[in-house]
Amino acid sequence: MLIDGTDERLLGALADGLPLCPRPFEEVGRWLSLSEGQVLSRLRRLIGEGVVTRFGLIVRHRELGYTSNAMVVWDVPDPLLVGLAHKAIQFEFVTLCYERPRRLPDWPYNLFCMIHGKDRQTVLNQLKQINKETGLQYWPHDVLFSGKRFKQKGARYHAAPELKRGAA
Amino acid sequence: MMTKFNTLEEKVLNKYQRDFPLVPRPYDQIAGQLGITEADLLDILGNLQDRHVIGRVGAVVKPQTVGASTLAAMRVPKHRLGKVASVVSSFEAVNHNYEREHQLNLWFVVTAADDAGVKTVLFEIEKQTGIEVIDLPLQTSFHIDLGFDLKC
Repeated sequence: MLIDGTDERLLGALADGLPLCPRPFEEVGRWLSLSEGQVLSRLRRLIGEGVVTRFGLIVRHRELGYTSNAMVVWDVPDPLLVGLAHKAIQFEFVTLCYERPRRLPDWPYNLFCMIHGKDRQTVLNQLKQINKETGLQYWPHDVLFSGKRFKQKGARYHAAPELKRGAA
Repeated sequence: MMTKFNTLEEKVLNKYQRDFPLVPRPYDQIAGQLGITEADLLDILGNLQDRHVIGRVGAVVKPQTVGASTLAAMRVPKHRLGKVASVVSSFEAVNHNYEREHQLNLWFVVTAADDAGVKTVLFEIEKQTGIEVIDLPLQTSFHIDLGFDLKC
């Protein structure tokens, strides 16, 4: 997967969002001294190569009514992790699934799934279902519901250009 | 907290989290598919953004392909949570910052150009708050974010 400096600048420029104007890719190109065609072909390539996994409206789940956002974590034996993770992601309510390191003694868990649900009981029922149907119930687990949201914005991997955005 | 949407907004939200057209005039094309004008669509999108339903129109980047990031957690005494959370949020490199129900009660994501950038932010947060930061970088990702279905 090849990403050059221009790709990084392009993704950086998009971190604040594609402008809402008739020719948004031309506008982004203007920030980066690229043509509209170059912006579009770079984006298509980044999507084709799997660097960009999704391009479109990024919604804020709480405002859509998904107010119960739970991080479910398990401590599973390392050799079983990949197999169990592949079972867990079969459930459509699992929106993300990751392996992360344990940090003993504070943090014993290595498998993480995000479940976004409209209420707590639904999420707990969904967890019960995953646990039962995958065999994950046999391993220590915990569920961390989200409380107050202090900040949510797009990831910024690179300094964005110092330019105005918005309506052209 | 639940926001109500009209049919048009619902269509826009359901369809264009994924199939956003990569063409010179994407909003015009979407508007055409919905039978409205480009100006109307831009109004709808601007309005959804003002209501904080849409964060942005943008790219979700596969973890670990561009830059570096980590998930970090802190055990913050309850009476200090608001203050510590604002210190954490004040870093440009922090994009998500949530309270969670656990002894480790503050969780946030740090992204930077490289690992050194991430580590610097974690170190600064520890220095400014006096609280240990648990660093839980991604090792394997099994799932990609496909957006949300409004009708769930």
